[in-house]
Amino acid sequence: MIKPLLEVEDLNVTFRTPHRMVRAVRDISFTVGKEKVGIVGESGSGKSATGRAILKLTPGNGIVTAKRMQFEELDLANATEQDMLKVRGKRIGMILQDPKFSLDPVMRVGDQIAEALPPGLGRKEARERVLEVLQAVQIRNPERVYDLYPHECSGGMGQRVMIAMMLVPEPKLLIADEPTSALDVTVRMQVLAILDDLVSRRGLGLMFISHDLNLVATFCDRVLIMYAGRIVEECKASELRDAKHPYTQGLLASLPRIGERRKKLSTLVRDPAWAY
Amino acid sequence: MIEVENLVVRFGKGKAAMTAVDNVSFTVKTGEAFGLVGESGCGKTTILRCLAGLNQDWEGVIRIDGKQLTPKRERAFYKLAQIVFQDPYGSLHPRFTVNGTLMEPIKIHGLDRADERIDRVLKQVGLGPAFRFRYPHQLSGGQRQRVAIARALILEPKLMLLDEPTSALDVSVQAEILNLLTDIRDSTGLTFLLVSHDLSVVSHMCDRLAVMNHGQIYEELTVDDLVARRYREAYTRQLFEASLGYDKRLTTEQVKALDEAGA
Amino acid sequence: MTTAIEPGKGGLRAYLTAEVSNSPTQASLQRLYFGCRRFAENPLAMIGLGILVVLLLVAIFAPLIAPFPMNEQNLGRRLLPPSGAHWFGTDELGRDIFSRVVYGSRITLQITLLVASIAAPIGLLVGTVSGYFGGWTDTVLMRITDIFLSFPGLILALAFVAALGPGIRNAVIAIALTVWPPIARLARAETLTVRSSDYIAAIRAQGAPAWRIVVKHVMPMCLSSVIIRITLNMAGIILTAAALGFLGLGAQPPMPEWGAMLSTGRQYLLGSWFLAAAPGIAILVVSLGFNLFGDGLRDVLDPRDE
Repeated sequence: MIKPLLEVEDLNVTFRTPHRMVRAVRDISFTVGKEKVGIVGESGSGKSATGRAILKLTPGNGIVTAKRMQFEELDLANATEQDMLKVRGKRIGMILQDPKFSLDPVMRVGDQIAEALPPGLGRKEARERVLEVLQAVQIRNPERVYDLYPHECSGGMGQRVMIAMMLVPEPKLLIADEPTSALDVTVRMQVLAILDDLVSRRGLGLMFISHDLNLVATFCDRVLIMYAGRIVEECKASELRDAKHPYTQGLLASLPRIGERRKKLSTLVRDPAWAY
Repeated sequence: MIEVENLVVRFGKGKAAMTAVDNVSFTVKTGEAFGLVGESGCGKTTILRCLAGLNQDWEGVIRIDGKQLTPKRERAFYKLAQIVFQDPYGSLHPRFTVNGTLMEPIKIHGLDRADERIDRVLKQVGLGPAFRFRYPHQLSGGQRQRVAIARALILEPKLMLLDEPTSALDVSVQAEILNLLTDIRDSTGLTFLLVSHDLSVVSHMCDRLAVMNHGQIYEELTVDDLVARRYREAYTRQLFEASLGYDKRLTTEQVKALDEAGA
Repeated sequence: MTTAIEPGKGGLRAYLTAEVSNSPTQASLQRLYFGCRRFAENPLAMIGLGILVVLLLVAIFAPLIAPFPMNEQNLGRRLLPPSGAHWFGTDELGRDIFSRVVYGSRITLQITLLVASIAAPIGLLVGTVSGYFGGWTDTVLMRITDIFLSFPGLILALAFVAALGPGIRNAVIAIALTVWPPIARLARAETLTVRSSDYIAAIRAQGAPAWRIVVKHVMPMCLSSVIIRITLNMAGIILTAAALGFLGLGAQPPMPEWGAMLSTGRQYLLGSWFLAAAPGIAILVVSLGFNLFGDGLRDVLDPRDE
């Protein structure tokens, strides 16, 4: 087997609140190779906290500990803030749910992408490179899009710009936290196709964090299902339908499906034992 | 129950004017569950707000329960149709307890037996009396949405307007709320108008649906037709296929088609 | 029917911290309790509260605290420096300054409370009505507000007092007229954000008349920022009242109003500094108390933190 890009062992994320300590992620271990790994769970399952912890972007009241978070030659668990600056956005990219909040509202999108380019490029050269990456994310008219401000982009366009920006430094790993939840269904598929294409063509690793089981099952290669801060199940995406864990089974059964006329959807009966 | 003819809604004036709903007509029979499906900005929510009396700037004809509506409504109208909003975190007044929220419609319409009514609707939506004096911040998303449904039910309306009632909820909670709505419909015979972007939710809840895009109804079909893929519009197909999940082959084709169209 | 738990059963603490409240009273008491607890965690706010409590007690028990009647003159004991008999010294007519400062707290408290209870409701009403109805109502009300805002507060108050005649009652009216416009602005801004929320749409969809929405649903959302604002304004009100007194347009002699005392003290500043210092420090401390209290209140009440 080829060495994975990222190996996480016993990751814990704990948040301090005025009343008590909340353990958002508890002793989880997983690996990400040059593949699409889906992390699915409901709100509060710890899936987003996991994505942030890898980049050490956990908010101030959170504590992250891990036995090991090996990313290529670097152990992120013991990395200093200095090291992280060289990793964030450069070797590991992050795409968030709503591009509106991640882009600078008063700067043309082209110039924002250009900022991510290595310094020392001439104006013309930089523009060429930006147009190139815009094309790589299937933007049809890159010359026009270059001069747009973020509020002039549609949701799908904004998210593609975001992806383009992340791609400039040629990262090895992309962490996408609900990258398509704010998008319309038809646009969503295009953005996914672009991500899919990039992963297979550039040999990236993709951590795809989502609440949408159906989407993850059809888009990813491998799926981790999280519940109450734990990974309760790990399986091939194509085999998700035959999931073993009652939580996964319950989630799948509670989804309405076209062409399946059931009077009632089955609801999830939570077993406290799942959390242990 | 609902007859909409040539409904037109425009936002803004002069140059910035934009037609949100463009000559839309449809009817919903009494006791039916009808879905309006489309992507954001297609005008589906605007139609719902016109029906609920929240948007008073429209042209065309709207009849509910046989009565033609004017943009301004009489108070009695609001007992006929009630609306449930998408975001359960924003639709409950943060300074009102559940009791306060449910008490308002009773006071506005001068109804009697307030305690009895409140206890009954709370039971109907599956919340015990223990929830009656809680504030919204003490409730989960699903519980809040139940309160919002209880608020709509307390006036005993004949028509329920549902604006993406589950899209802000987790899937397991969504199932509970959808089941609750099914139960309510079974026991009361309410007419539902459900607005959603999610074809699978609409196909689960509704008998018929209309597919909207750019302010217009592209096509109207029964759920059986949808399931059997008897749709006419390419847009409906796109929505249908997207709701089945990601399919690399299909999507790449679409992207390619778009590329060619743009080139 | 719901059964209310008696406050005594299981202790008051259990009643206040229970997960589930069983009555509207308990629900609101719990809110109050948790608000107070958060307030108590803020030491500066507690200092502010302390100052205000002392002010209140001094005002209430002034006759008991003051060693001399406030207007008792003793020309033989003029301009004495602070001593055991006269803690803050005596003024140009031989009156005990400490007693006058103590009695002066009554006037100060009266002015601030009267101004607040006139200005806050006007501001709240104008702002919420203007913001909720929009259109012409908004334009008219806001232009009126703008006119008031376009003058510096003190100048406007001076003009009003000049027109109405000097005296403490007119000073209160004049100050109130300068205080409400910023509050109306604030309430309007809050109303604009509240107006577009789903919970207002929900109550509209239930057929509530506009006045009911404004009074019951919009005003409670604006109330906390208005209270915070008016508390923080208290210092300004005290200073304006003192300035009017200083200029001879507020409280008239022989009333022991702090600003008027400061004004007389000015003439003796070089020889007898304590004449001006005592009321000056009183103004400073009370203003500071209101500001600290207002800041603490903001931390507790501001809905943005919830």
